[in-house]
Amino acid sequence: MSFPWAKEYTPGNPLTQWVDERLPLPRLVYNAIGAGYPVPRNLNYFWNFGILAGLCLVLQIVTGIVMAMHYAANTAVAFDTVEMTVRDVNWGWLFRYAHANGASAFFVVIYLHIFRGFYYGSYKAPREMVWLLGVVIFLLMMATAFMGYVLPWGQMSYWGAKVITGLFGAIPFVGEPLQQWLLGGFAPDNAALNRFFSLHYLLPFVIVGVVILHIWALHIPGSSNPTGVEVKTQSDTVPFYPYFVAKDGWATGLFLVLFTIMLFYLPNQLGHPDNYIPANPMSTPAHIVPEWYFWPFYAILRAFTSNFFFIPAKLMGVLAMFGAILVWFFLPWLDKSPVRSGNYRPLYRKFFWFGLIPTMAVLFYCGGAPAAEPYVMLSQLAALYYFAHFLIVIPIVSAIEKPLPLPYSITESVLGKDDGAQLAPVSPDAGIAPAPAA
Amino acid sequence: MARILSILVGLFFTVALAWSFANGAYNQITEPPAPTAEHEFHLPPKEVHFASDGPFGKFDKQQLQRGFQVYKEVCSACHSLNHVAFRDLSQLGYTEGQVKAIAAGFQVPGNDPTTGEANMRPGQPTDYFPKPFLNDIAARAANNNAIPPDLSLMTKARHDGAAYVHSLLTGYQAQPAALLKEFPDAKTPEGLHYNPYFANLNLAMPPPLATDGQVEYGPGNPKPTVDQMAQDVSAFLIWTAEPSLEKRHQTGFAVVLFLIFATVLGYLAYRNIWADEKH
Repeated sequence: MSFPWAKEYTPGNPLTQWVDERLPLPRLVYNAIGAGYPVPRNLNYFWNFGILAGLCLVLQIVTGIVMAMHYAANTAVAFDTVEMTVRDVNWGWLFRYAHANGASAFFVVIYLHIFRGFYYGSYKAPREMVWLLGVVIFLLMMATAFMGYVLPWGQMSYWGAKVITGLFGAIPFVGEPLQQWLLGGFAPDNAALNRFFSLHYLLPFVIVGVVILHIWALHIPGSSNPTGVEVKTQSDTVPFYPYFVAKDGWATGLFLVLFTIMLFYLPNQLGHPDNYIPANPMSTPAHIVPEWYFWPFYAILRAFTSNFFFIPAKLMGVLAMFGAILVWFFLPWLDKSPVRSGNYRPLYRKFFWFGLIPTMAVLFYCGGAPAAEPYVMLSQLAALYYFAHFLIVIPIVSAIEKPLPLPYSITESVLGKDDGAQLAPVSPDAGIAPAPAA
Repeated sequence: MARILSILVGLFFTVALAWSFANGAYNQITEPPAPTAEHEFHLPPKEVHFASDGPFGKFDKQQLQRGFQVYKEVCSACHSLNHVAFRDLSQLGYTEGQVKAIAAGFQVPGNDPTTGEANMRPGQPTDYFPKPFLNDIAARAANNNAIPPDLSLMTKARHDGAAYVHSLLTGYQAQPAALLKEFPDAKTPEGLHYNPYFANLNLAMPPPLATDGQVEYGPGNPKPTVDQMAQDVSAFLIWTAEPSLEKRHQTGFAVVLFLIFATVLGYLAYRNIWADEKH
């Protein structure tokens, strides 16, 4: 599953040879993240976030397993066991803060990873499967993070769970029984807390599984790159090891510096103070808000304030909130432009920087603000553009846009010339030519 | 076909949102929301500084001991400190003997060793601070139908927590005439107390620190003014909410320094490896 010039694995010593003959695991690693994986030489720093996301996942699993050793999923003691972990377990406070802030770091990284994909058209053929699996990972992350936030059983845990599970009640006919079945009761209680804990422990390993598929699918065509022109010859690539190991290595260092500054010096900045109050079903917080990484979608949920013909506003909100992510699944077919990279798409680029990015900023802001004016009206306008961007603007832009001329190859874009260019006829579909098969 | 379908779906959502927006705008114009007393008279916490602030902040143990004294003599009559054990007080600089003596000064629930019946016994370092009320019903009955919240995590459970506690304790005042003029219905109800730092302006807790010198500090300590006592107990509550704060600051310094060093090495390695490859 690589280019013809990819280096072949040769065991360096008798032990790896012995293992490789019986289980070619060293070979798999060598071809996946070693010298056997040729990578476009022109990747910029936006291509570091995949590795960083993987790092966050590992970090969350490790800190989470330690947290689970000290946690009890029982509404009577859950809040206290988390506090006990922080106060009486050796380095418990570090694991707790690392896990809570690690979730935030994971979402920062994943949002950058996703928006890299939007700008550079990483979702286009032949990488649709990579994209689809990525959206699945994002949905699984959201479910995992939501259930994890319920576990400490603070005020926001409880009321967040109540609001989000209440959304199922908006589904016509089956909504209410479905909601009760999911919760194991009429409101979030011990049954819900227990199953949330069980699923919160399970889903990260499901994510690991889908991540493996995501990387596997990526290695079929190989990584995309900022020009969006596919790899043609060996001079377009460098081996992953040592080149990208070194680049990812120092980027990882930079990420860890920023993450640890957050973790050690602003550990509660991204959390809500109300979650340090034990859950109380009799007392509703003044403003119920989810964690910051859900704010854009929470803003979309709340943007629907009027019934639309026979559809109740609440149901519209639920449809739109899930629709806002589900639309990403269709992106490879909504965007028909043969050019991948936003660098060569003048019109698309304008809508990206002046449409989608400000829209997301407004949705982020309004999702965390109280459900009052002017935030609701602002989020209505932003949500309106959000749906228009993916469902109307992108299909039309990709039909009418005249893209800029593409470089012949990655080598040409880097060196200014490519000796191979004189030999080969210029292919009109240079941007979408699939890579040589394995 | 796919393009038409997508535009139709897009129109469905955008028209629904435009409809919601139009309704919202219409309501906003025809019935603008009435201003509320909370919105106009609620104040953000006053600025106040603590030794534990900032990346190199450390606890002022002398201040924490004073704050503990305020908690013990004033707050503990109504407010619990559920997550703190007497043994934890050794972190404030008390010796083992002093911790034992403090613990013994509190009566905690126990059992009669001969009959097994519930009774009260003097506390030991391993005990947690006792609750001032038997249960929520008793707490409500004694406090004008309000439950005094647990204070262990208070400075993390409010925005700008320590400053909030300080402002609340020093913020009691008569209801401003301007408020009553603008909102005649917003008069502080009987049994509540006006405090602009409290979210809905009226608080069941009477001013707990009413006069200077209410708590007597030992020699070598600042004068126990209301403001000083409020600052001291706020500092104490920073500690109860996060006893590991100092260790966190110190560990963080070493970790971040090491990571910066490692990152610089990583960057140099990266430059070295890529030196002969244009990209």
